[in-house]
Amino acid sequence: MATETITAEEALAVHGAEAAGPGMPQLDVSSFPNQIFWLLVTLGVIYFVLSRFALPRIGAVLAERAGTITNDIAAAEELRHRAREAEGAYDKALADARVEANRIVAETKAQIQADLDVEMEKADAQIAAKTAESQAAIDEIRESSARNVSEVARDVAREIVAAFGADADVTKVDAAVDAKLGERA
Amino acid sequence: MATETVALVEGEEPGGLVFHPFDQFEIKPLFGEIGDPVSWYTITNATFWMALAALSVILLLVVGTRGRAVIPSRVQSAAELIYGFVYKMVEDVTGKEGLKYFPWIMTLFLFILFSNYLGLLPLAFTPTSHIAVTAVLALGVFIAVTVIGFVKNGMAFLGLFWMKEAPLFLRPVIAIIEVISYFVRPVSHSIRLAGNLVAGHAMIKVFAGFAAIAAISPLSIVAITAIYGLEVLVAGIQAYVFTILTCIYLKDALHPSH
Repeated sequence: MATETITAEEALAVHGAEAAGPGMPQLDVSSFPNQIFWLLVTLGVIYFVLSRFALPRIGAVLAERAGTITNDIAAAEELRHRAREAEGAYDKALADARVEANRIVAETKAQIQADLDVEMEKADAQIAAKTAESQAAIDEIRESSARNVSEVARDVAREIVAAFGADADVTKVDAAVDAKLGERA
Repeated sequence: MATETVALVEGEEPGGLVFHPFDQFEIKPLFGEIGDPVSWYTITNATFWMALAALSVILLLVVGTRGRAVIPSRVQSAAELIYGFVYKMVEDVTGKEGLKYFPWIMTLFLFILFSNYLGLLPLAFTPTSHIAVTAVLALGVFIAVTVIGFVKNGMAFLGLFWMKEAPLFLRPVIAIIEVISYFVRPVSHSIRLAGNLVAGHAMIKVFAGFAAIAAISPLSIVAITAIYGLEVLVAGIQAYVFTILTCIYLKDALHPSH
C-alpha cells in the first residue's frame, strides 16, 4: 500500500483503476484481454478433456451398467420361467408316479389273488384225495377186523367143542357160529 | 489529481471502519510486483483460479472415473450424477438433436460451477464474478445459438420472431419485442451470473468490515455465516440457471417454431 515515501505516480499506478473508475475492478477494461485469453484457454482445456476422456468414459460406464442391469433382469426372468417349468414337470412326474403306483398295486393284488385261488384249489383237491384215501383205509381195516372176529369165533368154538371131547363136525360148528354172529350183527 | 489520490489513500488507512468490498475482485499478476501491467498473457490470480477450476473438473471427471467401475466409487458416483444431471437437462429441453452440443454445455456448466464454488473459499478469486468472463460465455452462447439457428433452419429461423398464433395486426409489434428480447439475452445472461456473485461476495466483505466494531462483531459473524450459506446456494443455482438458459436458447435455435 502507499506509504509516505511513495510518489504520486506510483500511487496512481497502484490505484489507477480505482481512481479512474467507480472502484469496480470488473469495469477495468485493461484486464479484459487477460481474462478473456485465459478463459478461452480454460474452456478449451475443459472441453478437450471432457470430450476426449471424461464424457465417453462416463457414457460407456452408464451404458454398461444399464446393459448389465437389463441382462440381469432378463436372466432372472428366464430363471424364474425355468423354475416354474421345472416345478410343473415335477408335479406332473409326481402325479404320474402316483397313478403308476396305484396301477401296480392293483395289478399285484390281482396277481396274488389269482395265485392264491389256484393254490387253494390245489390244496382243496389234495385234501379231498387224502380224505378219500383215508376213508378207504378205514373201511378196509373195519372189514378185515370183522372177518377176523368171525374167524376167531369159529376157532374158539372148535376148540371149546374139542375140549368138551366131542368130535364135532367142523362145518356144523362154523355154521352155528356164523348163525349166532349173524343174529348179533 | 495525483496528490489528491495519495491523500485519499492515506486517509482511508488508519480509520476504524475500512470497507474494501471490491478489492477481492482485483486482477493481480501472480508473479512479480503488484504494480506490474497486466497484459493478455500475464499469469494472474484469474488465471490461477480458472486453472484450479479446470483441474477440479479433471480430478472429478477423469481421475475420479478412472476405475470405470460398474459399481461406482463415491467420486465416480458424483461424476456420474453431474453427467446424468446435465445430460438429462439437455435432452429434456432441447430434445435428441441437442445432445450433439452436450459436451459444450457440460463445459460451460462445470466451469461456472467450479469457479463459483472455488470462489467461496476464503481469500479466493472468483473468475465468474467478472463481467469480462461472463460476457464472453454469454456472447459465445448467443453467437453459437444464432449460427446454429440459421444453419439448421435457414431463413425459417426468423419464424422465432413471427408469432403465428398472435392476431395479424399484433404480429409486427410482437416481432419487434421478440427481436429486442433476443438481443438482450446475452446481456441478461452474463449480468445475471456476474451480478449475483459480485453482490454476495461484496456483501460478505461489507459485513466483515463491520466486524471491526466489537459490539457489532457477533452480529456481523452471524450475518456472514448466513450470507455464506446463501452464497453456497447461489453458486449452484446460478451455474444451473446459466446452463438451462443455454439449453433453452439452443432449443429455440433447433426448433424455432413455437
